[in-house]
Amino acid sequence: MKILVLISHVPDTTARIAFTNDNTTYDATGVQFIVNPYDEWYALVRGLELKEAQGGTVTTITVGGAVTEPTIRKALAIGADDAVRVDCEPKDGHDVAVQVAAFAKDKGFDLVLAGKETIDHNGSQVGPMVAELLDLPFISLATKLDVANGTATAERDVRGDVEVVECPLPLVVSCAKGMAEQRIPNMRGIMAARTKPLQVVSGTACETLSTSVKFELPPPKQAVKMIPADDAGKLIELLHTEAKVI
Amino acid sequence: MSVLVFADTRGAKVPKNTFETLTYARKIAAKEGSTVTLATFGDAATDKLSALDANKVIIARSLGDADSQQLTRFVAEVAGKESAKWILFSHDDTGKAVAPRVAARLKAGEVAGATTLPNEQGLIKRNVFSGKAQAWVEVKTPVKVVSLLPNSIPVEAAQGSATVEEYSGDLGAAKVTVKATHHAGEGIPLPEAEIVVSGGRGMKGPENWGPLEELAKELHAATACSRPVADMGWRPHHEHVGQTGVAIRPNLYIAIGISGAIQHLAGVNGSKVIAVINSDAEAPFFKAADYGIVGDAQQVLPKLIEAAKKLNAER
Ligand SMILES: Cc1cc2nc3c(=O)[nH]c(=O)nc-3n(C[C@H](O)[C@H](O)[C@H](O)COP(=O)(O)OP(=O)(O)OC[C@H]3O[C@@H](n4cnc5c(N)ncnc54)[C@H](O)[C@@H]3O)c2cc1C
Repeated sequence: MKILVLISHVPDTTARIAFTNDNTTYDATGVQFIVNPYDEWYALVRGLELKEAQGGTVTTITVGGAVTEPTIRKALAIGADDAVRVDCEPKDGHDVAVQVAAFAKDKGFDLVLAGKETIDHNGSQVGPMVAELLDLPFISLATKLDVANGTATAERDVRGDVEVVECPLPLVVSCAKGMAEQRIPNMRGIMAARTKPLQVVSGTACETLSTSVKFELPPPKQAVKMIPADDAGKLIELLHTEAKVI
Repeated sequence: MSVLVFADTRGAKVPKNTFETLTYARKIAAKEGSTVTLATFGDAATDKLSALDANKVIIARSLGDADSQQLTRFVAEVAGKESAKWILFSHDDTGKAVAPRVAARLKAGEVAGATTLPNEQGLIKRNVFSGKAQAWVEVKTPVKVVSLLPNSIPVEAAQGSATVEEYSGDLGAAKVTVKATHHAGEGIPLPEAEIVVSGGRGMKGPENWGPLEELAKELHAATACSRPVADMGWRPHHEHVGQTGVAIRPNLYIAIGISGAIQHLAGVNGSKVIAVINSDAEAPFFKAADYGIVGDAQQVLPKLIEAAKKLNAER
């Protein structure tokens, strides 16, 4: 089975969020970048498990400049066989999808796995857009994924229910919590990652369909109103009469 | 010209987020002097559809458990026929799968998870960095795709008298097929809940969740939990909220025995009001809270339940 996993390079979950250039650009100064957790913990690890059980290859693809390479090496250290970096600065989610689809289109991947969203743009767009551009079926927000006899079976949480779906390969799946457990790369993996193939391809032209023109931070919270524990019932009263939320 | 709304109308009750999307559509249509068309699928009764606040409803009855490819073909075709300049979805399970596909198919710019209507410059706001910031997005294409984050705008949709049209085109066969649906439980689904009661490691063990569930029941709330609680198997995975779980923005979030780690806050900081119960006065969650109680969860919970019962009896 040939598996392609989309790997996004994102600020660490604890990174300070600030903007420069009159609030038009994310300020990455001093920020540690990581593999997007959904891509790493769920998509990549499940891809590796499927490969280990059934044979095949796991290739990762990242759209971005050379700064993303340490993140790509991390994915290789966790166990991917090889990696592709599309060398361009994507303008929006659509641009990322166009770059991924342009690379994947004639490579015969059986399974394309994406995280359910990135923790910086949170768009949930790239997976379904890649599916559309490759004219492939798409299973969104899968929490379990198995493949047998050329057919994928997945579970999804839908409106509080669990749905079991089936789809013949090839297809695109977006991966959410439940699908796999995080894997910490070991020393051997980290050493091996240094020499695994990382192919750099140039991007294709893509029209920009949307842009984030300005960012803002939420207004600071008002001071918390404390209620003594022995009068805890007062909280319910205040939520009703003052906050008016119950 | 029209504003096209796509919504799932299957099931007994039209979900609240459909009314939110229709409200959004009405506001845009009023500004642009256009009409609202709703595209839907499944077996909803005609009178149920005509009561929705749209000028026209187009229903593809041949689609039951449609997959995202079929729905994309359907929406794209209707959008073309109706000369839609706006194509609106709710940012729910179906919208997240179909809206980006439609956008890619039509080469239309998309705002995923919009939280506002367009401002005077036509910019639309959405959450980024897991709710730690917001972005104003400009869509550069004449056709605009927007998926609206649930619980972002108040419902104003009126009683409608829509004409209902049956769609009869060929949308191909579904490649993704539903084999089974397991009902996960009786509770209120988390992403739709207006009130959420959530427990963390400070609840000490799964055997202590009884009072938390009872409080949730009294408040008509959904239950949620922090990541370690789901990882340890105290609660099911689908209750895990935060940066790597479900992101929610209820009107009220009550956090009990949760420290308020940055990754947890990322998934709940869109809540309108946050109440925190924690035995440690220094817990970081208090800084993000509107109301706080320093106290032991198991001692505070019965008092809250009692007060909630009293309130319910009074109204
Ligand atoms: C990449 C990454 C992603 C993550 N994603 C998420 C995520 O999506 N969601 C998430 O929740 N976490 C996430 N985490 C984990 C997060 O960092 C915290 O570890 C986690 O949120 C802590 O859970 P907790 O508050 O339940 O437990 P703790 O941090 O252990 O806090 C327990 C709290 O309970 C209080 N307490 C103890 N006893 C009582 C009592 N008797 N009564 C009342 N209060 C009591 C304590 O004072 C303490 O504040 C992530 C971490 C990483 C690194």
